[in-house]
Amino acid sequence: MKKITADPKGVLTGVHYLDGDFAIAEGALAAGCRFFAGYPITPSTEVAERFAERIPLIGGVFIQMEDELGSIAAVIGASWAGVKAMTVTSGPGFSLMMENIGLAAMMEVPCVIANVQRGGPSTGLPTLPGQGDMMQVRWGSHGDYEIIALSPNSPQECFDLTIEAFNLSEMYRVPVFIMTDECVGHMHERVVIPPPEEIELIERKWYEGPKDKYLPYKPDKDMIPFMVKAGDGYRFHTTGLTHDERGYPVINAECQNILVPRLVEKIKKNADKIIKFEEEETDTAEVIVISYGITSRVAIKAVQEAREKGMKVGTLRLITVWPFPEKRVKELAEKVKAFIVPEINYGQIVLEVERCAGGKASVIGVPHCGGGVHDPDIIFNAIKEALK
Amino acid sequence: MKKEVESGEKNPIESFLRMDRIPHIWCPGCGIGIVVTSFVDALRKSDIDLDKVCVVSGIGCTGRVAGYLKLDSFHTTHGRAIPFATGLKLANPELKVVVFSGDGDLIAIGGNHFIHAARRNMDLVIICVNNFNYAMTGGQLGPTTPLEANLSTAPYGNFEYPFNLPYLAEACGATYVARWTALHLRRLSKSIQEALSHKGFSFIEVITPCVTLYARRNRLGSGLNLLKYYHDNSEIQHGADTKTLDISFQGKLIVGKFVEKEKPTFLDAMNQRLSRVLGDKYQLYGRINDDRD
Repeated sequence: MKKITADPKGVLTGVHYLDGDFAIAEGALAAGCRFFAGYPITPSTEVAERFAERIPLIGGVFIQMEDELGSIAAVIGASWAGVKAMTVTSGPGFSLMMENIGLAAMMEVPCVIANVQRGGPSTGLPTLPGQGDMMQVRWGSHGDYEIIALSPNSPQECFDLTIEAFNLSEMYRVPVFIMTDECVGHMHERVVIPPPEEIELIERKWYEGPKDKYLPYKPDKDMIPFMVKAGDGYRFHTTGLTHDERGYPVINAECQNILVPRLVEKIKKNADKIIKFEEEETDTAEVIVISYGITSRVAIKAVQEAREKGMKVGTLRLITVWPFPEKRVKELAEKVKAFIVPEINYGQIVLEVERCAGGKASVIGVPHCGGGVHDPDIIFNAIKEALK
Repeated sequence: MKKEVESGEKNPIESFLRMDRIPHIWCPGCGIGIVVTSFVDALRKSDIDLDKVCVVSGIGCTGRVAGYLKLDSFHTTHGRAIPFATGLKLANPELKVVVFSGDGDLIAIGGNHFIHAARRNMDLVIICVNNFNYAMTGGQLGPTTPLEANLSTAPYGNFEYPFNLPYLAEACGATYVARWTALHLRRLSKSIQEALSHKGFSFIEVITPCVTLYARRNRLGSGLNLLKYYHDNSEIQHGADTKTLDISFQGKLIVGKFVEKEKPTFLDAMNQRLSRVLGDKYQLYGRINDDRD
């Protein structure tokens, strides 16, 4: 795995006042993303607008595609040309991308997809926040595969985690998602962009052996195959069909049972290395609030109030939502009375918490169907109830 | 084929194919192999660097072409070959990107991408194998099925108007448009050569026999009967008005090169506009090693 530092051309070093959408664009440019294909959709459009303005000055391509199906397909194509590529969307566009997200997982193509979530289902609440795509990002395309999803809760984190997303995507040859929401996307805050030499980037493992010996899907020891660029003379084949190490279609159960477990295990086995979370006062807590994205910032208010009233409350903020920090939640379930899971959906990640808690701690979801953030009092009341 | 290899005589096409994947899946009498042969012939005759040629296919019988060609080849999702190819081309403008797919894939499920790539004059070669039906799934009605033709989802005969593909392509902005049949091997190969050296959105429709489904269901006989139909009913009309190119059931087939014109490609237009507005701040994108300039 080659580690390099950022190309200064893409890095707008300094202190800025940016919204989350712009910070995603800047994070991507700093990470060396030089291809963007997207389709306008509220509340993610500003990411595309920032790219359209900035990328001509850096040396890359922006294209506004005819729809989201085209956007994600173009991103996968660009990545095969060896260029870091991304797209951005929100609920309806995200649904349209699902089939080709499966293609990216199947072809093992590094790419980044940001979803600035709004209220759903369907057209739902275009201008208002939601966190209703958290299960879709994990399960939305057909078949078995794994992805990585990160959930920033500030414009600064939008910048930082977009760089992280590119690094993870290159490292594991998997689509990586920035699952933010309308609040964070449109929230303006201070964003510090470091000098390029302080930004460490990871590049996919390039194959360097003899051309006639290249096998596009022969896994290395870490289960991840080496990649080449289109146009470099390897004359390789890749397909969305179940395939062998040569990348040739093999339509039988044997081949499927070699390929699919690897697509899943290459992420699962590295989950500890991938997963990031923040926790506070979990050692002494009787109740832990598990949250992510904008909801983690709302939850702070409720937690502070509870602590002022002498309640022992800890927090676990998921920075990586997928793969889910299963191990940590299982450990904590042994120690606490309850988990409180507020999220801007009717109950999605709470199901994962329930699974990991395994009946050892009670799990209380605090749903919000979208269109706003929680009233902190509702989270506070849930904490109070749990401690009774 | 085996005998030839043993005797040391290699078919010149072999070095362009993934011979470890032969025999292919296409039916006896299918026309796709003929189109592949013409394509390889065009590659052999043009002085193009084969390392820079990418073939992108969608899904369906023709979607399998990418898997047999020994080039960088991509078998993508249904309908998305053109946007996938767009990403490849824009990320590395040195590549010569050829989309090889069927009428259903390119024009029905992928129709939106087709019209917009043509509008942008995206520098791609599109080879559309038109066999008048969805063959991989068992012979269903497609966007080019002639009126009255019988298919499994049009069991009483088709009553939907089909697309006239050259007219559609031209109207959307394609800068090279041709149509041939699987009988016109040499002319097709020449057309593909022209398209490979043309800068911009090039579209070649190839009418091909689907013996197993379209022909059988419509009692049109064998592959040979269909080639005979092409022979007796094709008329070469270079430069014909594309409005006049509708195809009726077993009717006349107007073939030829209909459109060939110069127009800035997407990247040319992008470079022109951005350098005009941004001046020295803008560095021309992707102009290295472009020997067609």
